[in-house]
Amino acid sequence: MLSRTADNLYWIARYMERAETAARLLEVGARIALLPDDGHGYRSEWDSVLRASGTADGFARKYGDPVQRNIESYLFLDRDNPSSVASCVTAARENARIVRTGLTTQVWDALNSGFQEMRELERSPRSELDLGRLVDWTRRQTAMVRGAIDATQLRNDGYDFLNIGHYLERADSTARLLDVKYYVLLPRADFVGSGLDNYQWSTLLRALSAHRAFHWAYGGEVTAAKIAHFLILNPQSPRSLLAAVQGLNAHLDRLARGYGRSTPAQTRARALLGELAETRVEDVFEEGLHDFLTRFIREVAGIGALVHEAYLSGDVR
Amino acid sequence: MVPGRAKAAALPETCATATAAGPLQPVRAVKLVPLPLYWSHVVNETGNIVPDHFNEMFADGQVRPPYARLEDWVAAMPAELRSLKQTEAEALFRRIGITFAVYGEGGDPDRLIPFCMFPRVFSNSEWRRLERGIRQRARALNAFLVDVYGRGEILRAGLIPAALVHRNAAFEKAAVGFVPPRGVFSHVVGVDLVRTGPDEFFVLEDNCRTPSGVSYMLENREIMMRMFPALFRENRIEPVDHYPSALRRTLASVAPAKCDRDPTIVILTPGHFNSAYYEHSFLADLMGVELVEGQDLFVEGEYVWMRTTEGPKRVDVIYRRIDDAYLDPLCFRPDSMLGVPGLMDVYRSGGVTIASAPGAGVADDKAIYTFVPEMIRFYLGEEPILKNVPTWQCGKADDLKYVLERLPELVVKEVHGSGGYGMLVGPAATAEQVAAFRDRIVANPGNYIAQPTLALSTCPTFVEQGIAPRHVDLRPYCLVGERVELVPGGLTRVALKEGCLVVNSSQGGGVKDTWVLAE
Repeated sequence: MLSRTADNLYWIARYMERAETAARLLEVGARIALLPDDGHGYRSEWDSVLRASGTADGFARKYGDPVQRNIESYLFLDRDNPSSVASCVTAARENARIVRTGLTTQVWDALNSGFQEMRELERSPRSELDLGRLVDWTRRQTAMVRGAIDATQLRNDGYDFLNIGHYLERADSTARLLDVKYYVLLPRADFVGSGLDNYQWSTLLRALSAHRAFHWAYGGEVTAAKIAHFLILNPQSPRSLLAAVQGLNAHLDRLARGYGRSTPAQTRARALLGELAETRVEDVFEEGLHDFLTRFIREVAGIGALVHEAYLSGDVR
Repeated sequence: MVPGRAKAAALPETCATATAAGPLQPVRAVKLVPLPLYWSHVVNETGNIVPDHFNEMFADGQVRPPYARLEDWVAAMPAELRSLKQTEAEALFRRIGITFAVYGEGGDPDRLIPFCMFPRVFSNSEWRRLERGIRQRARALNAFLVDVYGRGEILRAGLIPAALVHRNAAFEKAAVGFVPPRGVFSHVVGVDLVRTGPDEFFVLEDNCRTPSGVSYMLENREIMMRMFPALFRENRIEPVDHYPSALRRTLASVAPAKCDRDPTIVILTPGHFNSAYYEHSFLADLMGVELVEGQDLFVEGEYVWMRTTEGPKRVDVIYRRIDDAYLDPLCFRPDSMLGVPGLMDVYRSGGVTIASAPGAGVADDKAIYTFVPEMIRFYLGEEPILKNVPTWQCGKADDLKYVLERLPELVVKEVHGSGGYGMLVGPAATAEQVAAFRDRIVANPGNYIAQPTLALSTCPTFVEQGIAPRHVDLRPYCLVGERVELVPGGLTRVALKEGCLVVNSSQGGGVKDTWVLAE
């Protein structure tokens, strides 16, 4: 297929996943903000949400201090923020319009009606848009698109590019959500293991809609080690880094078989999968969660660049 | 016609088509405005001029045969059902994504062209005659293009002034001396027709570059078939849905000399911000070819290639939907980002076919239009089947004098204008507008042509108050390749405003499904 078409498909999936991440980040932030002030007078959870999403600078330029309402606007509605839900939903839909005929009616419907509803939301008074409603709406929209893709798209190379985009973005997104923890705890290392610490961890699970799944998988007390294992190394968890990298590899391999040609993207993705499969949760903490995640995010971005080079840029000979 | 049904026998020719007994809202009588002054007209008792338009459904108080079965269909459709169906149609258009995108004006960028559910119908014999006339014209226009970019016989014969061709903005020097495969420059010829009587058809203009709107022809039919299947069982209507495969076959038949395999065809679009992007992607989809932008193509060696996920793939035929000027920045506009550098070199060396061929526009210029009947006689040795509208060239002193004297009666157009912009419809204009236009003509007479205001035929059309006659035109699409063929149908555009003669979508026009009845 045309490289540009593959690129559009890839970005549709990435943008939808990114929209979901923005909404889930908001939820994490809002939940943590509900904690009673512990008297230390330092509340950095919103700041950490911005940092984790990589939008802190843009926000500071526009609004200054992190106030919840402004952050909500910035991460959800603000078109100046390219990662806001509104920006992502619009960009996904515009990409879809370009490759309209490469998508099934159901997928187009899901993307297009999501976009139309977003325009409705933007027109309603800001006071009617409470965070819960916005987050729920986003989760439903992204699930609909994802479901339509899974249920109806032809399993050709286009399907692989949609999925490669999806899994790359998901790997990046889980890593960033996990990283919020790091930023929240940054100023007070002595919180580790405290009640507050556990509350934050389980908030993260909630935001990933994984609370119940976690209990199915582990049971008992919520501990940092269990959660890190669940979100990084457990292949049963659909949002774990390992699951995302497995999905990525599956679709890169399908492409390589279909085209009869393997590229550096496959090699590097396989290496990352091998490494994750061998990693134990102790290794992660030994390296330091933040350092591990930073390295992982960089690695995923590297694979994204290789995919671009090998398939999407059109420069391949 | 159903026997025994009360007919509105004394319907004035300008008035509504609702039957007296029908459940439809009575239609507001057409206002008898002193203007427009039409080609043919009658004056009523009060001295007002009543436009004498040919109504395609009614003649002499009788329903004309092609429309016979539509009368009952309309009668059996109460207003509520009609508005329900109209809503359904619009939802279908939106869902399928048939919109034209308008950016930079605010509001929803995806607009719908108003769709009128009342079809426009041609009998088989009417259509056969039109078809012969259109094919004749398409052949002559292509012969003309081969000639003017070659030996120029028609210019030497003195039938067309050479300056009109060579100094024409659409004349491409880069196309001189090259004969495209099968001698075809214009592979899709859109001939805009109007009707003024049972047997009178006039060609308003030819479109030899890349006439648009064919997606509406296909989709209007699709939607009508979905919404009113019974109509299609009762009437024997010739299908149009083979147009995309016919277009594909046409394009494959003009593959370049160097192509020694099943040709790879692509559609070249300016991109998704173009208002006709939907049509481009729709056609590509139905033809099963790639829709490419300039950035997807590159020239290497003697060929054009497209960038795919599996590496470069050679392209043999480009159905382009961008203007000549943007095709190749090395040959035409150097600032064009839409084209492919080096494309013209490959084209001229027979490595790729461009459809329509660069330079085809010189044949559909409004100044050249006047000479098409001459071309038909000159190249084909035949008499033209379709008539031209009499046209005055403001560039000629005599014509200019005549035009300026009769400005309020005439339609004046810019020679290179399109889309219904930059034109004066004399009878509908105010005195100030006429005066202002007069100044523009005097300042640059060569830029204008004038035609009489035609009494365009009307077709029953759903309007807010019920059904009323509205002016229509017709654009059929003639494919020219190994064969010269048309699908039986075309795009009927309808002026939704009462009395309005301009049917362009940019001027508030709508579209209708166009039927050709089988024998």
